[in-house]
Amino acid sequence: MVTVTLLKVEDLSISFGGLRAVSGFNLDLKPGELVGLIGPNGAGKTTVFNILTGFYQPQEGRIFFDGTEITGLGCHKINRLGIGRTFQNIRLFNELTVLENVKIAYQYAGRYSWGDAIFRTRVFHRHEKEITDWALSRLDIFNLAGKADEIAKNLPYGEQRRLEIARALAGRPRLLLLDEPAAGMNPQETVELLELIRWLRQEFSLTILLIEHDMSLVMKLCERILVLDYGMTIAEGSPEKIRNNPRVIEAYLGEEVS
Amino acid sequence: METEKTTGLESHTQAQTAEKWRKYLLPVGLLLLFLLNILIFMEKFGFNFVNRYYKGILILTFINIILAVSLNLINGITGLFSIGHAGFMAVGAYVSALLSINMGEWGFLPPQIQSIIEFPLVLILGGLAAAFAGLLIGVPTLRLRGDYLAIATLGFGEIIRVVALNLGITRGARGIPGIPNHTNFWWAQFFAVITVVIIWNIVRSNHGRAMAAIREDEMAAEAMGVNITYYKVLSFTIGAFFAGLAGGLFAHYLSYIAPRSFDVLKTIEILLMVVLGGLGSITGSVIAAVVLTALPEVLRFLQAYRMVIYAGTLVLLMIFRPQGLFGRAEVDLTVFQALKSRAAEKTKSQPGERGGNGDSA
Ligand SMILES: Nc1ncnc2c1ncn2[C@@H]1O[C@H](COP(=O)(O)OP(=O)(O)OP(=O)(O)O)[C@@H](O)[C@H]1O
Ligand SMILES: [Mg+2]
Repeated sequence: MVTVTLLKVEDLSISFGGLRAVSGFNLDLKPGELVGLIGPNGAGKTTVFNILTGFYQPQEGRIFFDGTEITGLGCHKINRLGIGRTFQNIRLFNELTVLENVKIAYQYAGRYSWGDAIFRTRVFHRHEKEITDWALSRLDIFNLAGKADEIAKNLPYGEQRRLEIARALAGRPRLLLLDEPAAGMNPQETVELLELIRWLRQEFSLTILLIEHDMSLVMKLCERILVLDYGMTIAEGSPEKIRNNPRVIEAYLGEEVS
Repeated sequence: METEKTTGLESHTQAQTAEKWRKYLLPVGLLLLFLLNILIFMEKFGFNFVNRYYKGILILTFINIILAVSLNLINGITGLFSIGHAGFMAVGAYVSALLSINMGEWGFLPPQIQSIIEFPLVLILGGLAAAFAGLLIGVPTLRLRGDYLAIATLGFGEIIRVVALNLGITRGARGIPGIPNHTNFWWAQFFAVITVVIIWNIVRSNHGRAMAAIREDEMAAEAMGVNITYYKVLSFTIGAFFAGLAGGLFAHYLSYIAPRSFDVLKTIEILLMVVLGGLGSITGSVIAAVVLTALPEVLRFLQAYRMVIYAGTLVLLMIFRPQGLFGRAEVDLTVFQALKSRAAEKTKSQPGERGGNGDSA
């Protein structure tokens, strides 16, 4: 059976206390799509990511990834099924090296037992080499291989953002969730990031869901956009449609939508 | 003072001297250990260089190394906060002591062989009992988000103490006398070395990296596919196992155990070694265990002032080096790696040597 949708989200809702952070959220992602998720502050965008990746359990709704239901599954299991993510506020393993950061994300793929680790068997050495080579190759893509042995927190901000994407990709996800990857970047870095995301998508045939505040970036990058406001989806469609949608303009209340 | 901070901004020369120092640490340490082994081995030939008193300190040092390194796996590497190490030590001590006392002849093995196997077996059973206790506390508390472990382990330590005080088989506050004193220098050293090697190898594997990831950022670790409950519980259980093993060595060294040997103060003593050595540094834990076991003895001539100086030294160290002696640094193994690769090159250049393994012949 061929799956035409990679991710299918049906009527997702969650409340925190009295606050309905996300209500009746629906989404269909086809393989290879690059979709933007936008909305004013506190609209519920990050919450959607947190539900999709298993951090929050939704009170209503179901999620299907590649045909299997993943609602209620543990975080690490969802990741292993093929959903990778980055965080709005960078969450690297700060005190570990750049290389170790990436190795952690890939390690389950080169699995060896506790016995192999303790007795340093041939299996251990083979897998360790494989993990290291893979991690270095990921770093290479992001121009970070030269900094493999640096402590992650000592990287400049822009490189930390790139390392987070490299780390998310190390687990070979099919769906990548990017939470404001351009936040805090200067225009030059933002342009480079835009190119990088386009290239990654081609190279790894990724499906990408992107949260971004930078409107021009979203409009340039995404072929489809969803707009959230107070947890409700108020618009969905192509960038042009979104740009001229009165409800979107109203939600952003004079904020520039162009 | 802002300039004192060393968060990755150490000046180059400073870092370099530190590097050099670390490079010689392991060879020097191993050499000293080797000399010590020779001195003690000479006993077989009638030379008594190390008297009973010093040998006792050495044995306690090895036991403390096991305790500190295993607690470091839990608190330093995985970033959990356990304050129940003495409790696990107690479980191991009581279980192994009672086994030793009550174990008769097995019958199916000659007595000479039994006497060799029995002691390590009893120690391992004590460790497994402690590990099982760790599993019982770890599974319910570590599944929850948040720091419930500290409270649970503190409670556990007390429960073990109270149980030992009131159970018939543990003989209450009077404790258990007459435990065979099997723990000698060799056994203590053997288990200390094994513990350090095993935990070192765990830390430097994907399992150890997963644990470190949990310490650094639990949420990110989970999102990168790390099963955090699994690794937290295992780190805790492995730590408990070695604490139990150390407890067994302790019981068979003193020949006598009582509940008060395993109170909260004992846990704090171990915790102190871990913090002083550097949370997350195995090297630090080993050195701190050596120093903190020897220091009170070395200062014995100061009599009453001894504990004041001891405490004062610790306070000063924590003020001037809050990250511990080693921070997260470890001994530098490059010396050995260089030797190894040189040896590998030699075998490679030998004629007739082939890379494949000989099982296809
Ligand atoms: N764990 C939580 N507990 C309570 N309230 C929460 C929690 N997580 C999110 N919220 C609330 O849900 C709402 C949506 O938050 P969310 O972080 O998803 O917004 P967002 O669209 O990502 O906003 P931003 O653009 O500022 O990142 C906010 O009002 C927030 O305070
Ligand atoms: Mg957000």
